[in-house]
Amino acid sequence: MKEISCKLLVIGAGPGGYICAIRAGQLGVDTVIVEKGKPGGTCLNVGCIPSKALIHAAEEYEQAVHMAAGKSPLGISVEKPLLDLGKTVAWKDGIVGRLNSGVSGLLKKAKVKIVEGTAKFRDGKTVEVETETGLQVIRAETVVIATGSAPVELPFLPFGGPVISSTEALALPKVPEKLTVVGGGYIGLELGIALAKMGSAVTVVEAEARILPQYDAELTRPVAKRLAELGIEALTGAKAKGLASKGGALLVETADGAEKKIAADKILVTVGRKPVMEGWGREEIGLDMAGKFIRIDDQCRTSMRGIFAIGDVTGEPMLAHRAMAQGEMVAEIVAGNKRNWDKRAIPAVCFTDPEIVTAGLSPDEARAQGREVKIGIFPFSANGRAMTMLGEAGFVRVVARADNHLVLGIQAVGRGVSELSTAFGLALEMGARLEDIAGTIHAHPTQGEGFQEAALKTLGHALHI
Amino acid sequence: MGEHVIKLPDVGEGVAEAELVEWHVKVGDLVREDTVLAAVMTDKATVEIPSPVDGEILWLGAEIGDTVAVGSPLIRLKVEGEGTAPSASTEPQKQAAAPAETGEKATPPPAAAAPAAKSPAKAAVPAAPESARVAKTTFGAPRPEGEKPLASPAVRLRAKEAGIDLRQVVGSGPAGRIGHEDVEAFIARGPQVARRAGLAENNSVEDIKVIGLRRKIAEKMALSKSRIPHITYVEEIDVTALEELRAALNKEKRADRPKLTMLPFLMRAMVKAIGEQPNLNSLHDDDAGVIHQHGGIHIGIAAQTPTGLVVPVVKHAEARDLWDCGAEVNRLAEAAKTGTATREELSGSTITITSLGAMGGIATTPVINYPEVAIVGVNKMVVRPVWDGVQFIPRKMMNLSSSFDHRVIDGWDAAVFVQRIKALLETPALIFVEG
Repeated sequence: MKEISCKLLVIGAGPGGYICAIRAGQLGVDTVIVEKGKPGGTCLNVGCIPSKALIHAAEEYEQAVHMAAGKSPLGISVEKPLLDLGKTVAWKDGIVGRLNSGVSGLLKKAKVKIVEGTAKFRDGKTVEVETETGLQVIRAETVVIATGSAPVELPFLPFGGPVISSTEALALPKVPEKLTVVGGGYIGLELGIALAKMGSAVTVVEAEARILPQYDAELTRPVAKRLAELGIEALTGAKAKGLASKGGALLVETADGAEKKIAADKILVTVGRKPVMEGWGREEIGLDMAGKFIRIDDQCRTSMRGIFAIGDVTGEPMLAHRAMAQGEMVAEIVAGNKRNWDKRAIPAVCFTDPEIVTAGLSPDEARAQGREVKIGIFPFSANGRAMTMLGEAGFVRVVARADNHLVLGIQAVGRGVSELSTAFGLALEMGARLEDIAGTIHAHPTQGEGFQEAALKTLGHALHI
Repeated sequence: MGEHVIKLPDVGEGVAEAELVEWHVKVGDLVREDTVLAAVMTDKATVEIPSPVDGEILWLGAEIGDTVAVGSPLIRLKVEGEGTAPSASTEPQKQAAAPAETGEKATPPPAAAAPAAKSPAKAAVPAAPESARVAKTTFGAPRPEGEKPLASPAVRLRAKEAGIDLRQVVGSGPAGRIGHEDVEAFIARGPQVARRAGLAENNSVEDIKVIGLRRKIAEKMALSKSRIPHITYVEEIDVTALEELRAALNKEKRADRPKLTMLPFLMRAMVKAIGEQPNLNSLHDDDAGVIHQHGGIHIGIAAQTPTGLVVPVVKHAEARDLWDCGAEVNRLAEAAKTGTATREELSGSTITITSLGAMGGIATTPVINYPEVAIVGVNKMVVRPVWDGVQFIPRKMMNLSSSFDHRVIDGWDAAVFVQRIKALLETPALIFVEG
């Protein structure tokens, strides 16, 4: 097969890779992208998008169940609802499919050449791709590694049989009667809550002292409360030990050291994600590492000249929007523009029930930096819009410097607060002070008013509490 | 709706033009009748231009520092009713012609049509706060080490593309936020050496327009020094006796009389000396080659005011006694300080006294108040040991530094004049002896 030469080669068409390729194409850079699966990466195919589709379906179903039970204060009652999970998954796949072709279309529009197959470095300038039709050699001036991440497997609970990863959890043929989730982080809880709403009896096994250990206790408290309402059992401080010999159950060592057997039809292991470091010839080019990730500088350059790395292979937070921003920046750099990583905040959203949003520094992180901080919390129980949506749980919290009121961090937990991440990110990126947020008119009645009120409260004069 | 044109009024006798020194309004402002719109400065006095009507400012006809001819349009107002403006087509031409006549920099280009003519004046207004803001920017360490510069993504991008490290840039916004204007100012100024503490280089250059009173002073000084060959003569005066007399008079004075300073005595002594040398009290018209020797002795008193040097004039010192001179000096000094001195009070001198008073200084080289021919400078009085032939005795001594137009006053005559004043001041009774 004839060799291809190009200015830019992107390995991996996940959110980081495809954004990088599209932007490079827009900038007139001769670009090739290699992808072994469908474009869109983890995010689009087995991550953000499909999980949100299932979470939404589960929410709708749970509402209907709630109404059928005669518990809805809205005065609505319905017949007992039925869930056809096969149809749900097909609907979800339809969305994913539309987005797959959307990404392909965007790449083509930007004049990016797509090569399907598995890429492997031969040397720093040459990559060979195993395609269906043979080996394709690509020579590139610049290569971007965007190979992403994969679920971590526990050696004593290998994937297969009843043990599944998030990928399989998004394509279950039927709702498992009993589901045990190993790992109470955001992926495990998002899926665990969704499946609980669909009817599974869910148990969450978390080794740390509380669920969602990456967030502070104040933020996770409303989620823990909701887990109890949904009948999800959270075993904290507990360690999974393996499958029971007879099958159909998970062996767990509880916090007090006792061994417990938890009956389970499916065991979902969500103990984190690891960068994909194998299978693309890393050993051929010998890149410097930073722990298990590829070491990069503030322009996403690796230790080898002409090779960049973006996205989950470069470290935490492993989030699609971080990869996208990196990809865009690298495309600009390759096109000859001056750029470097100067972002102030990477907001993170946890689509549990209720949702959690964080942007910037938490109170503890701010204090750890030696800052004297002011903190204001506004509860949604005092927000009119939240009341009208039965979403009174949760709050908005603002962390600011005590001396000049510069906003350092914003967090929220509550129904639908993921959409507030936009305002939070903008405030931090623009360098807003408390007075800026307090002085911005927030439309009424919205949950966003909670943001303004939290800023006002930090200043000492909240109006609605 | 009509347009009302305010023209530069006749601001004083024989004044054909005035310099615009201040706008109190900008385009778009609503003004009431009697609102002060602008200030113009003639040779000596500042005159405020009030609005004769209610209206909205449409156009400002000059920039600060421009010289405007009397009768040329200064401001256009939108007013209720007919207004006074002629059809728009003739106006721009008239306006363009006016500055050209004065020989000054014309504000709008002559070909400019009415809307275009608006733009220079309009542009000048927002420009002022902008430059003021840039000038305020400070230097040195912008923020503590390790702290990220505070700037929006667009500002960061601009800095990156201009190759600027934002850590070097001082933010003028709240919490030290760096705005586009800070980055542009930094680009214009060039990189600064960031210092952690202590002394820092300051490479700023602030452009200050020489306008108004400062320009008048500059012109006057340049004229005097370029035309008049100065001769300066310094002599010391023993004012011990004068000071005793002054103290006694002030002690015994009537309540309605002013407290006497040295000045009225000096003025009276000058009147006496000029009686013997009347050519010292002259205006030298060097273009015409004529010396106008004045009978009336109008003594200008150079005075420092917050805006600069002004010279109020005591008229007819020859007809005023000591007390009267003192009262008039006090009155004029106050008027000059508060800026209420009229054009008449600030012009018409025939000879001038300058004094740095308590500032000290042994001698000065005063610059003659053109077209006069003499100026008497007073230096600080100090107690000095003086040899009286037997011993040193403490005496109150004061120097007079006086300059003369050497074209018309010979050194000998200058010396005679100063020696005469010295004799009068050292034996103050002589000042009051008639004949």
